[in-house]
Amino acid sequence: MGEEGLFLDGVKIALGGRVLVELTREVPPGEVLTVMGPSGSGKSSLLAYLAGFLDPAFGASGRAWVDGIEITALPAEERHAGVLFQDPLLFPHMDVAGNLIFALPQSLKSRAARRAQAEAALEGVGLAGMGDRDPATLSGGQKARVALARVLLSAPRMLLLDEPFSKLDMELRQQMRTLVFDKARERGLPVLLVTHDEADAEAAGGEIVRIGS
Amino acid sequence: MLNRLGPTLTILLLTGPIAFGLAGTVLPALGFLPALDGMKFTLAHLRDLFSEPAILISAGLSLVAGVVTAFLSLLAVMLFVAGFAGTRAFGRVQHLVSPLLSLPHAAAAFALAFLIAPSGMLARLVSPEMTGWERPPDLLIVNDPMGLSMMAGLVVKEIPFLLLMTLAALPQVPLRETRMLTASLGYGRVAGFVLGSWPAIYRQIRLPVFAVIAFASSVVDVAMILGPTRTAPLAARLVTWMNDPDLSMRYLASAGALLQLAVTGLALAFWLGLERLGAALSKRAAIRGWRFNQDALLRAAGLAMMILSAGIVFAGLATLALWSFAGLWQFPDALPASFTLRTWMRMLPSILEPLQTTLLAGLLSTLIASVLAILCLMHEEETGRRPGRGALTLLYLPLLVPQVAFVFGLQLLLIYAGVLATLPALVLAHLVFVMPYAYLSLKEPWYAFDRRYDWIAASLGKGRARRFFSVRLPVMTRAVLTMAAVGFAVSVGLYLPTVLVGAGRLTTVTTEAVALASGGNGRVIGVYAFWQMLLPMMGFAVATFVPALIFRRFRGMQV
Repeated sequence: MGEEGLFLDGVKIALGGRVLVELTREVPPGEVLTVMGPSGSGKSSLLAYLAGFLDPAFGASGRAWVDGIEITALPAEERHAGVLFQDPLLFPHMDVAGNLIFALPQSLKSRAARRAQAEAALEGVGLAGMGDRDPATLSGGQKARVALARVLLSAPRMLLLDEPFSKLDMELRQQMRTLVFDKARERGLPVLLVTHDEADAEAAGGEIVRIGS
Repeated sequence: MLNRLGPTLTILLLTGPIAFGLAGTVLPALGFLPALDGMKFTLAHLRDLFSEPAILISAGLSLVAGVVTAFLSLLAVMLFVAGFAGTRAFGRVQHLVSPLLSLPHAAAAFALAFLIAPSGMLARLVSPEMTGWERPPDLLIVNDPMGLSMMAGLVVKEIPFLLLMTLAALPQVPLRETRMLTASLGYGRVAGFVLGSWPAIYRQIRLPVFAVIAFASSVVDVAMILGPTRTAPLAARLVTWMNDPDLSMRYLASAGALLQLAVTGLALAFWLGLERLGAALSKRAAIRGWRFNQDALLRAAGLAMMILSAGIVFAGLATLALWSFAGLWQFPDALPASFTLRTWMRMLPSILEPLQTTLLAGLLSTLIASVLAILCLMHEEETGRRPGRGALTLLYLPLLVPQVAFVFGLQLLLIYAGVLATLPALVLAHLVFVMPYAYLSLKEPWYAFDRRYDWIAASLGKGRARRFFSVRLPVMTRAVLTMAAVGFAVSVGLYLPTVLVGAGRLTTVTTEAVALASGGNGRVIGVYAFWQMLLPMMGFAVATFVPALIFRRFRGMQV
C-alpha cells in the first residue's frame, strides 16, 4: 500500500448484529469522499472508527491506510486524523493561542517558534491578532475558523469532518466550506465528510456514498 | 493500566475492612478472642448481654430512632418536593438547606441542644416574661428518656441529605408533564406527585434512605449529646463497654455489636414493611380515584418542616457562636453581659493537635478517595460498562452496615497489627466512609463531560496522560474540588471510627467536642462546634473560589 491518500479496505460497522456501514474506497490526496445518511445511520460511527474512538458497544472490522500506514492498528493519538465536529469544541480553559499551541507537535520545542506558528495559523484563517481572546467571546464563525486552524496545526494526514458546517448560518456555511476544502486541497489531505446536507456534498465535489436509507 | 486497578482497589478497600471488621466483631461474641485466650465456642457472652439491665429498652430505642428518623425526614422531603418543585420558593429553601449537608452530625446536635435545653436560647427568649423562670427549669428536654430530642437532632441532619439525593433523582422523571397530567385529571398537587412521580424517585433514593435508617439506628455521637443518658441507645452503651479498661468487657461489647446488627437489620426489615404499606395505600387511593385536591395544609407542613429544621440548626449554631465569645451570661438574659476572646485564647493550645489530626486525616483520606474515584470512573468510561445494582450496593455497604458492628472488630485487628492509633490506620478507617461519597459526588459531572474534547485532543496527537492532565482535569476542576470538599466534610464529621481507631491518642475536633458533651460547658463546646462548622465550609469555599480565580479570564469556565 505504498500509495498516498486514504484507503478503506472492507471497513464494516455493526451495532447489535445489524450492519450499519460496509465500505471499500480510495480517497486520493486533496479529494473528498462524502458519506450521506440520516441520523442513526452509522455515518458518525464510521468517522469515530477511523479516528480511533468508536464506542465499544459497536462492532467494527476492516482496515484503513493513510499514506501507506495502517491507522486502524494505531492508538487514536498516533493516527494524525484531523477531526472537526459540528461544534468547534475549543478548549474553554485556554485562550485562542493556547488552543492552537496545544495542537502543535511536541517536536517543535522553542516557545517563540510555537507562538509564531500559532500566530501565522490565525492569520491564515483571517483572525490575525486574536490569540489572546477567550474562545467563549468569539462569534460562531470565528470559533469554526479557530477550530480549523487548530486541526491544521497538528500536521494531520487526513481530515475527518462530522457535519462541521451544520450549525453555521447560510452565508457563513458557504464561506467555511470553501475555506476547509481549499486548505485540504492546498495541503493534499484526503478528506472524509459525513453529512446529511446535499449542499455540503455538492460543495465537496467528490464521490458520494449513501448509507442507511 | 492504572485505571484497571481502580475498581479492584476500591472493592478491596471497601469490603476488606468491613468483612474483617465484622469477623473481628462476631467471633469474640461467640467466645473466640485469642488475645484473651478465648478459644472455645460459647453462648455465655450473649447470655451476659441479655442480663445487662434494660438492654432491650436500649435496643428498642435504637430501633425506633432508626425508623422514625427516616420516616420523618423522608416525609418532610417528599411533601416539600411535592408541593414546591419548580417554584421560586423551592430554589430558596434548597439554598437554605444545602449548606447543612456538610455540617457534622455532632455540631448539629450541639446546635439543637443549646437551643432547646432548659437554659437554652429558646427558654431565655421567653423568660422570665412569659414563663416566670428566673432559673433554668428542672426539665429533661435534652437527653429525654424517650429519645425525642435525639431523633429531632437526627432529623434536622438527614433532611438535607435526603433532599440532595432527591434533587439528584429529579431530572430523571418528567416532573412538569406528570404534574400537568395529574392536575388536568383533578388531582391535588401533593397527591399527583405522590401517585405519579414519587415511585420513580423513591426507587432512586432507596439506598440513601436505607443508609439513614442504618445510621440513625446505630448512632453514637448524636446519642451522647442529645440521647437518653440513664438508658442510652444500644450503640452508645456499646462504646462505653468497648472503651472499658477491663479487657474482658470486649466479649460483652462484641455480643452487643451482634445485637446492634440484628437491631439495624430489624429496622430495615420494618421499613420494607412500611414500603409495602405505602405502596398498597397509594394503590388503593389511585383505584378509588381520591383526588386530595384540598392539600394546602400538607404543602404548608412540608415547607414548614424544611424551614424549621434549617432554622433550628442555624439558630443553634448562632447560639453556640455567642457562647464561645461570652463573658458573664446569666439566665435568663438573652445575650451575654459582655463579650471576650478569653475562651478562644485559652483553648488555642489544646485545640492545635486535634485540629492537625483532623486536617491530616481529612486531606489524606480525601486525596486517596479522589484518585480512586477518578480511576474507577475512567475505567467505566473506557470499558463502556456502568456499575450495576450490585456494585452500587457494594459502594453503599459502609453506610448500610452499622459502624459499631465492624469498626470495633477492625480495631481489634489493628491492635494485632500494632498500628492502632496511628495516622495510616486512621486514614484507612476514614477512607472506607469517604470513598462512597467521593465517587457518588463525582459520578454525574464526570459523565456530563463532553467526551469529544478528549477525542479532539487525541486526534491532535496527545497521549492519555497529556489528555487527562491538560484537558479533562482542568475542565473538571470545579467538580473534582467539590468531590474533595464533600469527602473532607465526611472525614471531619466522622466520630465513631475516629474514637475507636484513634483510641484516645489521635483525636479530632469532632471527637473532642463530643467528649465535652456531658460537661455542658457552652463556651468550650462553642469553640469546637465553630471549628467543626468552619473546616467543611472552608473546603467548599476552596471548591468555589479557586476555580473561579484560576479561570477568571474564561467565560466558558464559569458556572
